[in-house]
Amino acid sequence: MSKSPLSQSPIYIVGVAETPLGKVVDQSELSMVALAAKEALAEAGLGFKDVDGLFVNYMGEEGSVQVGEYLGIQPRYADSSDMGGGSFEAFVHHAMLAVAAGRCELALITYASRQRSRRNRNRAVAADPGTLSGQFEAPYGIHFPIGYYALTAARHMHQYGTKPEHLAEVAVAARRWAQLNPKAWVRDPLTIDDVLASPMISDPLHKLDCCLVTDGGGAVIVTNKARAKDAAKRPVRVLGAGESTQQWHISQMADLTVTPGVVSSREAFGMAGITAKDIDVFEPYDNFSHSVIHYLEDLGFCARGEGGAFVEGGRLGPGGDLPSMTMGGGLSYCHPGALGILLLVEAVRQVRGEAGPRQVEDAEIAVAHGIGGLAFSTSATVVLGRE
Amino acid sequence: MSDGGDIETFGDPTTVPFWAAARQHRLVVQRCNSCGHHQFYPRPHCLSCEAAELEWVSVKGTATVYSMTTTQVQVYPDLPPPYVVALVDLSEGPRLLTNLVGASCRIGDAVRVTWRERKDAPPLPVFERAGGS
Repeated sequence: MSKSPLSQSPIYIVGVAETPLGKVVDQSELSMVALAAKEALAEAGLGFKDVDGLFVNYMGEEGSVQVGEYLGIQPRYADSSDMGGGSFEAFVHHAMLAVAAGRCELALITYASRQRSRRNRNRAVAADPGTLSGQFEAPYGIHFPIGYYALTAARHMHQYGTKPEHLAEVAVAARRWAQLNPKAWVRDPLTIDDVLASPMISDPLHKLDCCLVTDGGGAVIVTNKARAKDAAKRPVRVLGAGESTQQWHISQMADLTVTPGVVSSREAFGMAGITAKDIDVFEPYDNFSHSVIHYLEDLGFCARGEGGAFVEGGRLGPGGDLPSMTMGGGLSYCHPGALGILLLVEAVRQVRGEAGPRQVEDAEIAVAHGIGGLAFSTSATVVLGRE
Repeated sequence: MSDGGDIETFGDPTTVPFWAAARQHRLVVQRCNSCGHHQFYPRPHCLSCEAAELEWVSVKGTATVYSMTTTQVQVYPDLPPPYVVALVDLSEGPRLLTNLVGASCRIGDAVRVTWRERKDAPPLPVFERAGGS
């Protein structure tokens, strides 16, 4: 693992926390962020005054400014880049470089949403004909995001013979993990037949192939080795990180079965000096069941086109070869509009060995893989490990 | 429709030729006069060779269905479900998001352009199964 140019400046995650999850009626988005940040900083043995790098997305215009003001932080390194729901994996990449370069020492990455309570999700892209989407996507009534993702799933099935049962396997694996997590939004037993019998929203995606719409969020603290010494809990090392963007309009996606995760994982795995075979726990951005099948191929867990067969037999579930979505994922635990922050929280807890009933034995290397945009527009991958 | 919804000024400054042709039920895309690459939507440079010598040309209007999905939920108030959203590959190369209308299609089917008239905007290119219908 000495391939990294950052090997002389090792970077750690020293604190993680979830905001209140599910349906949050007694907090605002900003107060949720404050609660999670305080809890994550407490794990790090630090406080708000120690934060000098701030990384946020979807917290309003110039979000790092708004969150900084609310928390009482004046960062010397700030980033509100919009990489969609996977921004937080990209922020680990950015924070790692900023901390290694000495431009900040203690980075807070945070997010919260009340999309369920506020019912503020849109189903449509804006119909403004002054934009390309308004001219060439909206008039066709494509559902955001389900229609975009349905097109990718339909193509994967056509190209590789992936079956509806394969997609359902992913949803069932997530639910089996959720049954081990008291914080998960849905914990009822779920079978492949249940998924296939749920209403078709946009074929081939059934209702139970789609993620939850819940409130939630989290906070992650990134720092250097000197600061990591103060941590109350075992620091988790950031072994590698990478990101990429590909297309905005789905008509510009060259192959609907290939996401920018090919590039983000190549970058992250290269920095960490690992391959997919080395990964003990996988936290994929399971906004839709089939998304996970795409990532398995893009990140090299299996050959191109074999993702469907790969997930058969509960392979991603508890006791499976590749424990994935171990907190229950966006499909059964929580999907607060941008899931990426919660993938990092769970990956850190697994590497620390503090995941309780859902703890994966000997979890030494965990990967959080985020995506964002209209359909696989962005990808960012983070490799975490024990020292 | 918000800004730009007037049928005479519909679109953005780079897409005026597209909508002007659409009013005559002609489907046009950009072709690079340097390398022959066709592209859509329009840009000031060729995505293939980066040359700036681009012109609008009519395409045959034939295409192949690349992917498709039937939307079962209401997305816009004036579009009652179900309807088919698809990506089609024009014979000349560019891929378009569109609707499939008429007889049912599958991925890989040959389709051809047809036009949907709109009240507050120029005609919209949609596709239908080619031949045998």
